[in-house]
Amino acid sequence: MHNLVWLIPTLPLAGFIFLGLLGKKLKNEKMIGAIGSATVGLAFVIAFLIFLELLSNPIDKPYIITLFTWISAGNFSLPIAYQVDQLSILYTLIITGVGFLIHVYSIGYMHGDRGFFRFFTYLNLFIFMMLNLVLASTFLLTFLGWEGVGLSSYLLIGFWYDRKFEGVRITWTGHAANKAFIMNRIGDFGFLIAMFLIFVQFNTLEYQELHSILSANPYFYQSAPLIIAITLLLFLAATGKSAQIPLAVWLPDAMAGPTPVSALIHAATMVTAGIFLVARNSLLFSLAPSTMMVIAIIGALTAFYAATIGTVQNGIKKVLAYSTVSQLGFMFAALGVGAYTAAVFHVMTHAFFKGLLFLGAGSVMHGMHDEENIKKMGGLKKYMPETYKTFYVASLAIAGIPFFSGFFSKDEILWLTFSNGSVVLWLILALSALMTAFYMFRLVNLVFHGSERFDHKHIHPHESPKTMTIPLIILAVLSAIGGFLGIPYALGFWFSHHPNFLEHFLEPIFKDANMILGFGGHHLAATEYILMIVSVGIALLGIWLAYKWYYYDQKWTSPRKIADSIKPIHKILWNKYFIDEIYFRAIVDPIITSSRSFFWKFVDLKIIDGIVNGLATITLELGERIRKIQTGFAQTYAIYMIAGAIVLLTWIIFSF
Amino acid sequence: MTPFILTLFLPLIGSIIILFLNKDNHKIIKYSTLFISILTFLISLILFFQFDSNNPNIQFYINQIWISSIDAGFRIGMDGMSMLLVMLTTFISPIAILSSFDSIHHRQKEYYFMILLLQFAMTGVFVAMDIFLFYIFWELILIPMYFIIGIWGGKNKLYATVKFFLFTIVGSLFMLVGVIWLANYAGNNILGTGFTTDFIKIRDVASQIPFDNQVWLFWAFAVSFFIKVPLFPLHTWLPDAHTEAPTPGSVILAGILLKMGTYGLIRFNLELFTQASINFAPLISWFAVIGIIYGALVAAVQVDIKRLVAYSSVSHLGFVVLGIFSMTALGIQGAIIQMVNHGLSTGMLFLLVGMIYERRHTREIAEYGGIARIMPVYATFFAIAMFSSVGLPGLNGFVGEYMTLIGAFTSPILNNWAFGIVAALGVIFAAVYLLWMYQRVFFGTNDNPANHHLTDLTKREWTMLVPLVLFIVWIGVYPSTFTNYSENSTRKLINTIEKQKFNRVPFPEIEAMQSDTLNNISKQIEK
Repeated sequence: MHNLVWLIPTLPLAGFIFLGLLGKKLKNEKMIGAIGSATVGLAFVIAFLIFLELLSNPIDKPYIITLFTWISAGNFSLPIAYQVDQLSILYTLIITGVGFLIHVYSIGYMHGDRGFFRFFTYLNLFIFMMLNLVLASTFLLTFLGWEGVGLSSYLLIGFWYDRKFEGVRITWTGHAANKAFIMNRIGDFGFLIAMFLIFVQFNTLEYQELHSILSANPYFYQSAPLIIAITLLLFLAATGKSAQIPLAVWLPDAMAGPTPVSALIHAATMVTAGIFLVARNSLLFSLAPSTMMVIAIIGALTAFYAATIGTVQNGIKKVLAYSTVSQLGFMFAALGVGAYTAAVFHVMTHAFFKGLLFLGAGSVMHGMHDEENIKKMGGLKKYMPETYKTFYVASLAIAGIPFFSGFFSKDEILWLTFSNGSVVLWLILALSALMTAFYMFRLVNLVFHGSERFDHKHIHPHESPKTMTIPLIILAVLSAIGGFLGIPYALGFWFSHHPNFLEHFLEPIFKDANMILGFGGHHLAATEYILMIVSVGIALLGIWLAYKWYYYDQKWTSPRKIADSIKPIHKILWNKYFIDEIYFRAIVDPIITSSRSFFWKFVDLKIIDGIVNGLATITLELGERIRKIQTGFAQTYAIYMIAGAIVLLTWIIFSF
Repeated sequence: MTPFILTLFLPLIGSIIILFLNKDNHKIIKYSTLFISILTFLISLILFFQFDSNNPNIQFYINQIWISSIDAGFRIGMDGMSMLLVMLTTFISPIAILSSFDSIHHRQKEYYFMILLLQFAMTGVFVAMDIFLFYIFWELILIPMYFIIGIWGGKNKLYATVKFFLFTIVGSLFMLVGVIWLANYAGNNILGTGFTTDFIKIRDVASQIPFDNQVWLFWAFAVSFFIKVPLFPLHTWLPDAHTEAPTPGSVILAGILLKMGTYGLIRFNLELFTQASINFAPLISWFAVIGIIYGALVAAVQVDIKRLVAYSSVSHLGFVVLGIFSMTALGIQGAIIQMVNHGLSTGMLFLLVGMIYERRHTREIAEYGGIARIMPVYATFFAIAMFSSVGLPGLNGFVGEYMTLIGAFTSPILNNWAFGIVAALGVIFAAVYLLWMYQRVFFGTNDNPANHHLTDLTKREWTMLVPLVLFIVWIGVYPSTFTNYSENSTRKLINTIEKQKFNRVPFPEIEAMQSDTLNNISKQIEK
C-alpha cells in the first residue's frame, strides 16, 4: 500500500489543475465543491490504508518512494521522493482528514461567492503543497511544500482582494497577504541557509541519510557549533511559518482570508509545519541543547504574550488567532524540553478543536452578516444551537477540562515542561493556560449568552446549512474524544493502557532523540497528580472568571474597572505590544527611505550616472575646445607647423 | 543546407526578404516576419534533438577560412551552453515579434527588418567559435538595438539610446584591444603559427598565457561583458534602455541580450583566462552579491512598473554572475539555467507590462489598483511570472537560484559562506518588491475611472504567454531536460579550472571523451 503514497499528493494536484483550468467553465458550485472535496477525501482514504499497514506492520526505518531526479549538477543530485513513516502519515491523516471536512464546510460557506471555483482551486493547491511538506524525504522537497503553502496562504488571505481589512498599515486584505508572505520569507531565509550548511557538512539533504550519519556517531556532533547554527536557522524558519516571536505578527492579520482558510491553514495545518520541521529532525535538535533551550523559552514566551493579547481583543477571529499563536507556543515549549510526542499530540488535538472553533466562528459570522465584533453579538445560543454546542465542546477542550482532547495533550505538555524543564517554564505556561480558559469563555459568553446586542433590523441570525454543521459535529466528536489516543501515563496506568497509543506509534521516530536526551521509561510521581489537579483548577478558575465577569454581570463592570485601573497596560495589550509599529519604524521605513533617497536617487542617479554623464560632458567640452584649433585659415596652420617643428627640433637637440 | 546553418542565417535571409516587400502592406510584412521566426524555431528544434548532450565538446563545427591574412574564419559550432541559449533566442524571438503586432505602429518595414537582423546577430554571438567573428556579431547587435530604442522607443528615448550606445561601445573597445592582443599573443608567441582568431586553437593553449598577461586580457573582455550583464555598478544604462524601449525591445533586451554578457564570461573569461578568473572570483562575486541586494532595494522604490522590472534584472543577473564565479559545477549549471529562466520570466514580465501599457499608456504603479477584478486572466498570468521571478519552488526561478546559491556555498575557490548568505537575503527582498508592486496594481478596488473599461487578454496575448508558462513550470519541475545539455560541457570546464587551481580532475570520464573528440575535430580541420 505504501507504494501508492505518491497518489496522496497527486490527487489534490489533479484537483488543482482541473479546477484551475476548467473551474470557471463548470459554473456548477456543487460539482466544483464535490471535485475539490473528493480529491482530498480520497487522499485521506489512501493515507488511512497506509496507516493501517503501518499499524499491522510497524517499521523502524521509513519507506522511501523515489519518483524522479529533480535537481542535479556535478556530483549533486536530489530526487523528488516521499517518505512514509509514522510521523508523515499521522500528519497526512490530520491534513487530509481535517482538510476534507473543511472543504465540505466551504461548499456551504462560500456559496454564492463569485470566486467559488478559485477558492477550491487554491484549497486543493494548499493541500498538495502541505502534503509535499510532510511527506518529503528531503529538506528540499519539504522546502517546496513550505514555500508552496506560503503561496497558497498568500492567495487565500488575499482571496477577497477588494475588501478592506483593518490593521497596522493595512487597509486591504492584500496588505495582510503580503505581510504573511514576506514575514515567512524571512524565516525561509533561515531554512535556505540551514540547508546549505547541512549540505556542506553532511553532503546530503535527505532526512534519512542525515539521521543515519548522526545516529552513527551522535556524541561527536553533540553541541557542535555547526549543529547549533543549523538548528537555530531551522528554528528561525519555524518561527516564520508557525508564528512565533519574533515573526508572530503576520498570523492575526492573516484572518483577512475567508474563515475556512483560517481554520485549515492558519490553525489546523500550515502553522504547525514548524513543529513538524523540528519533530522531523528530532535527533538533530536533541544534539543542540542550547537551541532546545531557546525553543523552549521562545515557545513559552509566545504562549504567554499571545494569551495576554487574546484576553482583550474584540474580534472573534482575532481572539482565536492569538489563541492559535499561544497554543503553538505551547507546542514549541514542549519541543524545547524534548517532549516531541506531546508536541505532535497537541498538534493533532489542536487541529480538531481549533479547526472547530474557527469553523464555529465562521458559522456565527455566516449567520450574522459577516459581523466579527463580539461586543455586537450575544444571545446567539437560541439561533444557532448546533454551532453553539460544538463551539462549547471545543472551548472545553482548549481550556483543558478533563477527558476532552485538549486536556490530555496540554496536561502532558505542562507536566513535561515541569519535569524536564523548569518551574519557571511551567509557571509561564500555566498562567497562559489560565488566560486561555478565560478568553475562550469570555468569547462563549459574549457571543452565545446574555443579551442580544446586535441590530435586529439588519441582522437575522440563523443556523448554517448542513454542509457546514455536519463537519462541525464530526470535529466536535473528535475534540471530545480524540485525546484518548494519548492518555498520559499517570492516568493510563489505571486503565492498564500504557504506554499510550500515540507514544507507542511514534516511538520509532523519536527513539534516537530520546536516547540522547536520556528519556527512558516513565515513573509514577505524586507531583504529576498534583500538577494535573492544579491545571484542572486553573482551567476552572479561568472559566469561572469569564462567567463571573461576562455572564452574571451583563454590564461587564469588573473588566471595565480593571481595564481602567491599568490603562497603560490595557493600551499595550490592545495594541499588541506595538510590535507592528516597532517593526515598521525600526526596519521597514529605514530600508525604504534609504533605498529611495540614498541608493536610487543618490548612488544611481548622482554618482554613477554623474560620472558617466560627466565623462560625456568632458568629452564634449574637450571637443568644443579642440575644434577651435581648426580655424580653416592656412596661415594659422602654418604657424602650428612651424611651432611644432621648433618643439621637435628642440627636443631632438636636447635629448642627445 | 544543414539545420545549423539555417538556424543562424534564416533570420538574415528573412530580413533581406523584408527589404523587398511593399512598405505599405503591413500585414504581409508582419506575418512573413513571424513566419520566418517560427520556422527558425522549428529548425532549431531539429538541432536540439540532433545535439548529443553526452558530448562535452563543440558540435556541428564548421570551419571556413574567411580572411586568411589574419587567420580569421567563419567558424561556428555549439556546446551545451550555446545550444540552450540558441534555443532561448529562437524561442523568445517569435514571441517578441508577435508582441510587436500590438506595440509597433509606424515604420513597420524598417522595424521588422531590424528585429530579424537582431535575431541573426544574437544567434551569431552564441555560436561563433572565432573571436573575430564573435566580435563582429557582438558589434552588429548594437545597430538594430540602437534603432529599435531610438525610433520606436518612449518619451525619453534619445537619452536612453545614447546612454546604451556609449556604455556598450566603451566596453566593446576594450574587448577589441583584447581580441587583437590575444590573437597575436596566442598565434605568434605560443602556437608560433602566426596571428589567429581561431577560438578552439586559442583555447587549447590558453593555459600557457602567463598570469600577468591573463590579468590584462581578463579585464579587457570582462569590462565589456560586465556592462552587458549588467554588473553593479555598471548597470545604470539598463533601467533607461528598458524603460524607453518598445515592449518587444525590452523583451529581447532582457530575454536574450543580457545573456550575451554572462555567456561571454563563461566562454572567454573562464575558459581562456582561467587563472585570472580564479584570482578575481572573490572580487567579482562581491560585486555580484552587492548587485543582488542593491538591485532589489532600488527596485522596491520604483514608481514605474517597467523600471522596477528592469532593476529586478540587475538583482537576478547578480545570481548568474555569482554562480559563474563560484566556479563549481552546480554554480555554473545554475547560472546557465538561470540565464534561460531570467529570459522566460523577465521576458514575460515585460510582455505583461507592455500589454497594460497598450491599454492605458501609462506604467505608473499609482495609476492602477484593483485591476484583478476586471482583468482576472491577466492578473493570473502576472502572478505566475511574478512568482517565477520571486523564486518560488516548483517554478523555474527557484532551480537556478538554488543551484547558484549552493554553488557559491560549496565553492572551494570562493571559500567563504558570506557570499551565499548575503545573496540569499536577496530572496527575501525579491518577494518584497514584486509582491508590493503586485498588490498596488491588482488588489484593492478599481477606483481610477480611467481603468474602468480595461479589457482582459486577447487571444493573441494568450498565445504569447502560454508557451512561456509551459516552460516556467517545466523547468521548475523537471529541469534535467535542459540542464543535461550543458552538464558535460560544464564538467569539462570544471576539470580545466580544478586542474589549474588544485591539480585534480573531478570528472575523469569527461577527460577521456575530450581527447577522442579532439582528434575528430583536428581531423576535420585537416580536411
